[in-house]
Amino acid sequence: MSKIPADLRYAESHEWARLEADGTVTVGISDHAQEALDDVVFVELPEVGSVFAQGDASGVVESVKAASDIYSPVGGEVIAVNDEVRDSPELVNEEVYESWFFKLKPSDKSELDKLLSAAEYAKSIGE
Amino acid sequence: MGQRTPLYDLHLALGAKMVDFGGWDMPLHYGSQVEEHHQVRRDCGVFDVSHMTVIDIAGLDASVWLRHLLANDVARLDVPGKALYSPLLNDEGGVIDDLIVYRLDDGYRLVVNAATRDKDLAWLESRRSGFEVQFRERPELAILAIQGPQAREKVAELLSASRAALIRDLKPFEAHFEGDWFIARTGYTGEDGLEIILPALQAPAFFNDLVGAGIAPSGLGARDTLRLEAGMNLYGNDMDEGHSPLTSNLAWSIAWEPAERDFIGRAALNAEKAQGVSQKLVGLVLEERGVLRAHQVVRVAEIGEGEITSGSFSPTLSKAIALARLPMATADRAEVEIRGKWYPVRVVKPTFVRHGRILI
Repeated sequence: MSKIPADLRYAESHEWARLEADGTVTVGISDHAQEALDDVVFVELPEVGSVFAQGDASGVVESVKAASDIYSPVGGEVIAVNDEVRDSPELVNEEVYESWFFKLKPSDKSELDKLLSAAEYAKSIGE
Repeated sequence: MGQRTPLYDLHLALGAKMVDFGGWDMPLHYGSQVEEHHQVRRDCGVFDVSHMTVIDIAGLDASVWLRHLLANDVARLDVPGKALYSPLLNDEGGVIDDLIVYRLDDGYRLVVNAATRDKDLAWLESRRSGFEVQFRERPELAILAIQGPQAREKVAELLSASRAALIRDLKPFEAHFEGDWFIARTGYTGEDGLEIILPALQAPAFFNDLVGAGIAPSGLGARDTLRLEAGMNLYGNDMDEGHSPLTSNLAWSIAWEPAERDFIGRAALNAEKAQGVSQKLVGLVLEERGVLRAHQVVRVAEIGEGEITSGSFSPTLSKAIALARLPMATADRAEVEIRGKWYPVRVVKPTFVRHGRILI
């Protein structure tokens, strides 16, 4: 069983999104995703200022065995990226929900409602 | 469901993530591939490689036949117990498989790849007529590879005095029977170590003893990054029937002397040499962040293009490395296309790490 914190929203493509108090959205990948990937060795993050629609490819995470796209769970403008994860990709395996990839200023907060709840995500991955 | 080795249940009990490999259900890793890789470089690890095929060869013409069949020359095995690596070529000089051949007291033992088993056996059968030779597969045997700088000592401590003495005395590429165990100082990691061929029924208890003694169970994932760092080819990636050993960094494994030895593929290799070998298999190192992967396109300014045949992240170097088949005139720089962008790479001799030391 993977960890699926109840306070996050999830995309079917295995990203998590958290609405912060200041209205921004923080994005990472789920515990289930990092387990499936195995040892993460490279993370490619978007540039600050990039603008994505919901579901746009916005980065890449590569493990020893495969490369996998990261899709933006909501639309918006990238306002910060996590250099720590870029410098130490193994953090994604070690503490997946602390290892955020980027923060967005969402263009439409209601897109969060289209994402899965923790219970729905657990069901979608068969847990 | 794929084929299972005698250690299948033990792999599951140890928490292995299983994958299909050439029709076999094999452990990819037991938690972290990168950690297993480091364990082998620094200490030692044990791999179940029982999926590989053991073929014993006997008969009056065994030596004559193998001298015809293999690009390397078994006449170099001047006493029983010696081993060598050889490509198995077709008439066009393409690589059917690569293998280790051990000289026994009364014949030879081949260890060939699992994925090529059927075609290898068919090839041997098709080239047997006219020779007084018998060969038989040994599916009742298991193979464990214990690899790493501490491998021989740690294994010796677990075994009987006679087995321990044998293991401590073995020279590289030497192998002997001790009872019904065949103990070889060979491997596929670039580290010292052993490959032990033993009755399948005894394999689980031995594997358990090894793990109990603190030897890390290690999967095919670590095996692949270890062999890649060591610059060892993987059949189906870095060599195949469409490429000769001359374009696969295997020229060293062809015995050209004596000139009158007529091995299969020799005429084709001579013709290729006369024409000029057009490509070479080299090593690549990506200095920037990213991961090199098989089939990525490589370009060499003003010379031409080639392709990565194996690529991965090197845990020892903490950067991406690859084997690539490139135009012969390639010097020390090239570029690789990753997701539409071109990244500069260094072209190096394809031995990145040996015996724990970085060579590039």
